[in-house]
Amino acid sequence: MRAWLEQAGFDTRFTSLVAALALIWVALAVATDGVFLSPRNLYNLSIQTCVTAIMACGMVYLIVARQIDLSVGSQMAFAGMLIAWTQVTWLGAETPFAAAASIAIGLAAGLLMGAFQGWWAAYRGLPAFVVTLAGYLIFRGAAFLVADGQTLAPLSNGYQGIGGGVAGSIGPAWSWALGVAACAWVVAQSVHARRSRARYNAAMAPAWADALKAAVTCAAVLGFVAVMNAYPDPTSAAEGATPEGKGIGVPVLILLAVAVALTIVARRMRFGRHVFAYGGNPEAAFLSGLPTKRVVLQVFMLMGALSAIAAVITTARLGSGTHSIGQMAELYVIAAAVIGGTSFAGGVGTIPGAIVGAILIQSLDNGMVLMDVSSAKRQIAIGLILIGAVWLDLVWTRKGAR
Amino acid sequence: MDRRQRVAGALLVAAVLCAPCAAHAKGELVGVSWSNFQEERWKRDEAAIKAALEAAGAKYVSADAQGSNEKQLADVEALITKGARALIILAQDASAILPAVAKAKAARIPVVAYDRLIQDPGVLYLTFDNVEVGRMQARAVLAARPRGNYVFIKGSPTDPNADFLNGGQREVLKGAIDKGEIRIVGEQYTEGWSPEVAQKNMDQILTKNANKVDAVVASNDGTAGGVVAALRAQNMVGVPVSGQDGDIAALNRVAKGEQTVSVWKDARELGKSAGTFAARMAQGTKLADVKEAQAWTGGSKKLSIPAVFLKPIPVTQENLKVVIDAGWATKAQVCAGVAPAKAPAACK
Repeated sequence: MRAWLEQAGFDTRFTSLVAALALIWVALAVATDGVFLSPRNLYNLSIQTCVTAIMACGMVYLIVARQIDLSVGSQMAFAGMLIAWTQVTWLGAETPFAAAASIAIGLAAGLLMGAFQGWWAAYRGLPAFVVTLAGYLIFRGAAFLVADGQTLAPLSNGYQGIGGGVAGSIGPAWSWALGVAACAWVVAQSVHARRSRARYNAAMAPAWADALKAAVTCAAVLGFVAVMNAYPDPTSAAEGATPEGKGIGVPVLILLAVAVALTIVARRMRFGRHVFAYGGNPEAAFLSGLPTKRVVLQVFMLMGALSAIAAVITTARLGSGTHSIGQMAELYVIAAAVIGGTSFAGGVGTIPGAIVGAILIQSLDNGMVLMDVSSAKRQIAIGLILIGAVWLDLVWTRKGAR
Repeated sequence: MDRRQRVAGALLVAAVLCAPCAAHAKGELVGVSWSNFQEERWKRDEAAIKAALEAAGAKYVSADAQGSNEKQLADVEALITKGARALIILAQDASAILPAVAKAKAARIPVVAYDRLIQDPGVLYLTFDNVEVGRMQARAVLAARPRGNYVFIKGSPTDPNADFLNGGQREVLKGAIDKGEIRIVGEQYTEGWSPEVAQKNMDQILTKNANKVDAVVASNDGTAGGVVAALRAQNMVGVPVSGQDGDIAALNRVAKGEQTVSVWKDARELGKSAGTFAARMAQGTKLADVKEAQAWTGGSKKLSIPAVFLKPIPVTQENLKVVIDAGWATKAQVCAGVAPAKAPAACK
């Protein structure tokens, strides 16, 4: 089976992860009488996953570059409080451009926090674990001080749409358009890749395998759109009228944009290659003249920016800024990256893997609340899944090496 | 009457008038040991304690343990050495503080356990009644929706207060639950009292019950904020929701009709009573003679501790004015964005 999959050009690791996710989904659906797989719950799940998944994308880069960031939850809290403060205390929530200004300030704060930690880690040689542990405390404290521990609310109405709640999705028509465009892109990519491989006489997977891959991806995309559209928007219609479908949530679009951008950067851009080269062998990278310190600094800044984006989604979803957001986020984010196959040895990790890892963790959390499982037992379950996932991965790669 | 006699007479009158506050002249020192003054709320408490002590003619001296049990022990010793005649202790830990309390008792210095329990029958325990807070939350929600499907959004699983609150809530709802008028369709703790966790849990409970939820008993204003956000996404604003703390954002929700009640514990009342009791005991009143205290055995060690419980205030649309009158929040903050047609009396 494994050899057959490899021959057909499938990423076996990723395929097994998706298979594990499918198993968990079936189990949860059975345990909740199908509520878990209802369009409404899948919409919930898609929104709930975004925050963890977006930060997990940055964590993949960090762990690939042999770094770690324990402060992402605190960064989120601080950026979120600055955003809320800008809107509520400084400019007034409904002032034109207040929301845009607040997002810009949040992103700037994220970049600065990342630069601060990256500078200590890259240019002063402190271990990332220590620097970001300090950052964990510093940014959490700073988040408290922004409003002396108070909750800042309400945020601008338009801004709240970014959170995926009221007016937080793009509706059925746009969702279909996006889905079809994504499909066309997948097919075009596949054809293009085959053509250029043929031109250079490179090894090629059988045509049926590539066709199958494109078909499965397309089906997944269109299926996702169909499910999102099947969830009637509870806030769209007037009394009595049939509500419109909800469509893809705005946070999901943000996640997709981040994921596509970072995947392209990882595979095609110089910065991405530097990160993977450095993570694979730091000395070799340094001796070949790569700007290793700058690369590490930039990876931390990327993480900071992604934490700020996560803060935008969380505050928009909540409609307020509170300093307690993002608690334990660092653990879920690191777990998502690791379940997704990112290796602490450095140099190995993928964005899609981390996203599936995030979906997996969030599915457990989401499904078990539907089953009335207490938070203590949920934590135990997620912990066990983390060990199980990494152990399976280890067994799998060892087998492959033999 | 010559001049000297007049002065002597005036002094005599002053002495008689001031007999109850004989301490005034001496200015007994009252020591306050804070567990962690970095937390914002204690500043309000401190101001109230200072004012009460000043009014009673005592002097204020303090130390901050910065969250460390060991430092708090040293702090209390230092306060005793400085000559404190009474102590107000906000204990970092109910049991770890006991060696310091023993030292104070040996020196015959009375101790007020401020807001947090100290497991010793020789102290005066002063706090808000957390079980009563839970009762008030449930009562307000019950009044708004006497029957239907209820949800409990509880506090942090690591905070004993979360269970005190839930105990009070269940006590009030028990009758209706037994009669089948109220059904509990969801119940979750909220890690770290975090609003985003409360929102996620509420999303899931609504999904599970296909939105058939009639009321939500949330344990504080932060979690209530998460619950209201989840309800808003389902176009269900107006479902009764409880809270506590008198957060500005929550008071605003009460004014808008998105939250039913925020139980408010006025920190200044607590500080004032602590200052008054400490000054009285510093001036010689025995703990046994503090008439307001009642024997309380609700702690985990089941000791009989003399305690004074302050009554919190449930703030609803009807009495929103109390927080504005008390200077806790301004009218502009409480009434921001409230539609004039539906505005409660306090916003008119």
